[in-house]
This record gives sequence, structure tokens and C-alpha cells, in this order.
Amino acid sequence: MLHIKNLHAGIEEKGILRGINLEVKAGEVHAIMGPNGSGKSTLSSVIAGKEEYEVTDGEIFLNGENIEELGPEERAHEGVFLSFQYPVEIPGVSVTNFVKTAINETRKAKGLEDMPASEMLKKIREKAELLEIDRRFLSRSLNEGFSGGEKKRNEIFQMAMLEPKLAILDETDSGLDIDALRIVANGVNKLRSKDNAVIVITHYQRLLDYIVPDFVHVLHNGKIVKSGTKELALELEEKGYDWIKQEATI
Amino acid sequence: MELKDKLLSSFMVFEDRVNHQSKNINEIRNTAIKNFQQKGFPTKKDEDWKYTSLNALLKHDYTISPQQESAIEFKDVKKYFIHDIDTYKIVFIDGKYSSFLSETTHDGIDVCLMSSALNKPKYKIIMDSYYNKAAKADHSLTSLNTAFASEGAYIHIPRNKVVEKPIQIVHFSTGNETSVMLQPRNLIVVDENSHVQIIERHQSLTSNVVLTNSVTEVFANKRAIVDYYKIQNDNQEASLIDNTFISQKQSSNVSVHTFSFGGKLIRNNLQFFQRGERIDSTMKGITIIGDKQHVDHNTLVHHIEPNCESHQDYKGIFGDRSTGVFNGKVVVEKEAQKTNAFQANNNILVDDKATINTKPQLEIFADDVKCSHGCTIGQLDKDALFYLRSRGIPEKEAKALLMYAFANNVLESVKINAIKTRINKLIAQKLGVNLGFDL
Ligand SMILES: Nc1ncnc2c1ncn2[C@@H]1O[C@H](COP(=O)(O)OP(=O)(O)O)[C@@H](O)[C@H]1O
Ligand SMILES: [Mg+2]
Repeated sequence: MLHIKNLHAGIEEKGILRGINLEVKAGEVHAIMGPNGSGKSTLSSVIAGKEEYEVTDGEIFLNGENIEELGPEERAHEGVFLSFQYPVEIPGVSVTNFVKTAINETRKAKGLEDMPASEMLKKIREKAELLEIDRRFLSRSLNEGFSGGEKKRNEIFQMAMLEPKLAILDETDSGLDIDALRIVANGVNKLRSKDNAVIVITHYQRLLDYIVPDFVHVLHNGKIVKSGTKELALELEEKGYDWIKQEATI
Repeated sequence: MELKDKLLSSFMVFEDRVNHQSKNINEIRNTAIKNFQQKGFPTKKDEDWKYTSLNALLKHDYTISPQQESAIEFKDVKKYFIHDIDTYKIVFIDGKYSSFLSETTHDGIDVCLMSSALNKPKYKIIMDSYYNKAAKADHSLTSLNTAFASEGAYIHIPRNKVVEKPIQIVHFSTGNETSVMLQPRNLIVVDENSHVQIIERHQSLTSNVVLTNSVTEVFANKRAIVDYYKIQNDNQEASLIDNTFISQKQSSNVSVHTFSFGGKLIRNNLQFFQRGERIDSTMKGITIIGDKQHVDHNTLVHHIEPNCESHQDYKGIFGDRSTGVFNGKVVVEKEAQKTNAFQANNNILVDDKATINTKPQLEIFADDVKCSHGCTIGQLDKDALFYLRSRGIPEKEAKALLMYAFANNVLESVKINAIKTRINKLIAQKLGVNLGFDL
């Protein structure tokens, strides 16, 4: 599904990612952990196509295709979804209208008609129920005045509506209490199938109790310095990152 | 012949034609033409006209008082009205009243014509007390209008009336003449405790040149509420100089929303005078223009008495080579203690070639006041744009959504839903997007 080879990227001369190699196959869940500033959000943004970052070396393949030339919306149309660490507020545009626009623009790009209103409504209802989202919430302006937790839940609601092939969750767990965490994890797990993949970026092992990863990677200084299975996350929880930083510098 | 000279000589003909009217009005006219003769059209040398030049507009050979009558079918112009709600309508075609398109009333309130008010004795008391009393006497364009004023809307709401239907004042120009100058004159008097909503629009129906120099006086007496909406979405060859003067009495509440989306040149002179305590004055605007369009908002709030408020919030989005001006003056007199004056002007420049000149002017002579002002000029937020695009929304639509979000809070204070819907549609149209829902 996703194949990243020797990816170097940065911003205005400043290197942030320094040689990332990562392969995520359909059906898999990968967790990426690492200290603040190690480049986790940058990596997700580069995969999703944020143009401010310059890719100086390496390639990203999505389903075997180099996506270098694709804009963020085209990557979305190919099935990439990024749940933002800091979702943006859009006053005057309701959650419902926003999601409708996102779905129909994606359909338009694929040469499909708009989703029939009744189908849309049914889907919205179904996904809102799954994520225990109140109907009134959906008519509020997107992210405006939402609490941190509401914003994250709303991201996962959008993910559930868009049904992406590759979902990247950038610290979706931060700001969530344990109930919300369970609901969000449940939403993510509902999406999992043999045809799609999830990358979970997190600081805490906590979320990984609910979304169980097949692989865990540790990002440090723009490089994956260690990879392992879910036990690695437990080890990190216990020992912190210092031993990895040391290992990495040896 | 220079336009000024042409106007001065036309005035003599005009005067002959109208001087059967009241002596008072004739005096007002004569004083006004003298002032215009002395001052002439404003130039860039005038501080208030530094960034707006009328030169290009004054070169045309305008027809001053079009005589030919034209008819328009309602179906052809329906789209220019707010037509999904019931309203009174005062409609003019090339400056002449169109009874066919209008719906006026004398039933408890007067929603009718300035030509009647100027001529008929029954309006004399109101006219003598209000006509030309708020309009700035030393203002040359206002004087020009006053000299030629013969038609427009006359609205008088007596005490304790809540007017259920909004009143639409619509001016069409048909392009019968290659270039025409129109000078509508409106008077709106709202007595104690009454409430009225007004929608004003100027619309040219062809690409012939139109220059409108409009004057509106609004008087809000004690506890009156007036909500005024100006929809400025005219075509490329139509220009508008809108001079609106609002005089408020104690505890009245007046709001003016100006939506400027089109026209060659628009200048809004909007002035509020607070003549009483606990007055609330609101002026808000959304400007979205492109090409080489020019929109200039020149506002004044004159805080004269204590315990009053004013709120200004203007949003501007400028594309291509368009230019914007915001010049907001707030004067707080010495007696006007406990004034609360808020002013904001935020702008987005979509293209490198677009410009905005924004200048707040505060003149505060009282010491116990709260005044805040702020102006910003920026670009669209890159992170926000990425967020929307990452959800599959193409760049153009994503930008439109962000611009809409930027301007949105101005719409919150619009009290008529049909107007909100219409403005949303116009914004979507202006931004060239179809989002599958009305913004
Ligand atoms: N837009 C940017 N401009 C400048 N520096 C940036 C930008 N984005 C990220 N960085 C820098 O790159 C490094 C990695 O940041 P980030 O990817 O946000 O880390 P993480 O998500 O792992 O905390 C940090 O040093 C950060 O300051
Ligand atoms: Mg981060």
C-alpha cells in the first residue's frame, strides 16, 4: 500500500526527515512513536502532500505509484486520510456540509455523481452513532469552539465518512479521556480490513491497547531508529525514549 | 464640456422645471448648487479622497436627467429582488418610478416616493423637520445630489409600529442612454419605538456606463430600530457613490450592512450621528472584488452624548488588480463619556497585484471611554488550506471555503434569513465555486 524509500524532507534549508524507510502493507496497523520534535507530524504531512515541505531525496509510493506530483486533494482521492494533530476551525461551514463537500468532491474526481442525499443522510447517521456524536454537533461550524476532544472525535468521524485506504492518525489520542479514547479506537477498528492500512502516531502506549499495531517504529531526529512489534511500545512506556536516543547515537 | 459645467447648466433647466415647489426646498437646492459650484468634484488632493480617483468616471458625457420611459418585465429582473419573502418595493427605472414593479403603501405607514414628498403639502411637516437635516451641507457630492434631487424613496414610520415586511429600494438602469448619471434621494424617518428593515440595491441591466450619486438620510427617533442592508453587486461599467447619513436619538439602534461584490467603482460614505444617550450604531461590510474593481468604505461615527456604543466590522477579500480603501473615523466628543467604540477592518489579498489602504482615525476628547480598533492585511492560512485539501477538496473550492469562513461573522448579525441565503449565494458565485450546498 505505502512504500517510503530513503525519504529526506525539510523546510527552508532545514532538514527534518533524514532518510525514512517504511513499508505498510494492506491490512496492517503501524504505530510510530518518538519524542517531541522527532518529525512525526512532518512525516504525516509529507505523506498527505503538504507543499510547504520540500522533499529533497527519496520517494513515496502509494499502491506502486510514485505520488510526488500529486496535490493533497489528489492523494485524498487516492484514499489517503490524515487526522490532524491540530484541526483547523472553519466558521460558517457546518460539519455536515463540510463532510458532504469532501465526499462529493472525491466522487467528482472519480467521475461519479454526487452521493444521493438519502444515502448521505443514512451514512452520516450511522457514523455519528458509531462515534457517539450528537446530531446537534453536526450542525455546528467545523471545529469552531470545539474542545480538544471534540475536534479529535470529529476527525475520526470524517475518516469514517470518507473510508480511506490509508489512514494516518497524528496524535489523535491526545486530549481524549478514556471513554472518548475507546470510542475513537472503536471507530478506527471498524475501518480496519484486509484492504486498508492505518498508521497511528502516538506518545502513549494507552491507545495501542485498543488499536493493536502489527509493527511499532520509533522516530528520532528524522529517522526510524528502531522497529519492532507491539512489545516495543510497552518497553518504551516503561523505559522512556532515552535508551533509544543513546542507542541511536552509538 | 466638463461634467461640472454641464451639471451647472443643466441645473438651470432643471430649476425652471421644478420651481413650482415649496420655497423651502428651492432654497435648499440653490444653496446646494452653490456649494457644488464652489467645491466641484473631490480630487485626490482631498484627504478623504486620497486613494479614490473619480477622474476616469468624470470623462463620460452623461445624460443628466433621462426623459425616456422604459418598461421592464418582472421576470427579467426578479433575480435582483429578494423575492422569496413578502416585501414592500419601491422601484425605479432610469431614475423614474415604476409603479408596475413597486408595492408601496400608505396604510398606517408611508412607503412611497420622494417626488410626492417634495411636492405634496401633506408631507410638508415631516419634510421641513427632516429633509436635508442630516446630510452634510459642505460635502460637494451630497450637495450635487441635493441640487438635483427629485426622486427616490420616502419612508415614514409613525410611532409604535413594527413594520412586518422589509422594504426594498431598487434602482435599475436600462442602458437606453450610452451613459447616464442618476441621483436618487431617499428619506427614512422612523418614529419612537418603531422598527423597520430596508434593503437597497442599484442594478444596471446593460454594459452602458452608469454613475449613481445617491443620498440617503435616516432618522431613528427614541428606541427606534432600523436595519439597513445594501447589496452592491453591479456590473463592470456601473459606479456608485453612496452617501448615507444616519441621525439617531436616545436608545435607538441602527445597523447598516454593506455587501460590495461588484461594480467599477464604489464609494460608501456612511456617517452616524448619535444625538442622545444609550444609542447603538452598527456598521458591517463584506467586500469581495476582483478584476480592476475599486471599493472604498469611508465611515464616520460621531459620538456626541454619553453611554453610547458603536461597532464596526469590515471584511475585505481582494483579487486580481482590485483595490480597496477603508477609512474609518471615530470621533468621541468631550461629553460622550462611557462611550464604547469598536472598529475592525480585516483584509485578505488573494493576488500580489491587489491592494488595500486601511486607515483608522480616532479622535477622542473624552477620558472615560473604551475604544478599540484593529486592521489586518493577510493571505489565506496555508495550514487551513492544506487541511481542506487533504480532505479531497480541490484548491479553488478550499480557498473559497476559507474566504467564506473569514467573512462569515459579518453575516451573523443579518436578521433576515432570505438575505443571508442570498448573500451566501452571491459569495459562492463571486468566488466561482459550486459546493453542492449554499455556503
Ligand atoms: N513548518 C515548519 N517550519 C519550521 N520548522 C518546522 C516546521 N514543521 C516542523 N518543523 C520542525 O521540524 C521538527 C519536527 O517537527 P514535527 O514533525 O512537528 O515533530 P513531532 O510531530 O514529532 O513532534 C521540529 O524541530 C519542528 O520545529
Ligand atoms: Mg506532532
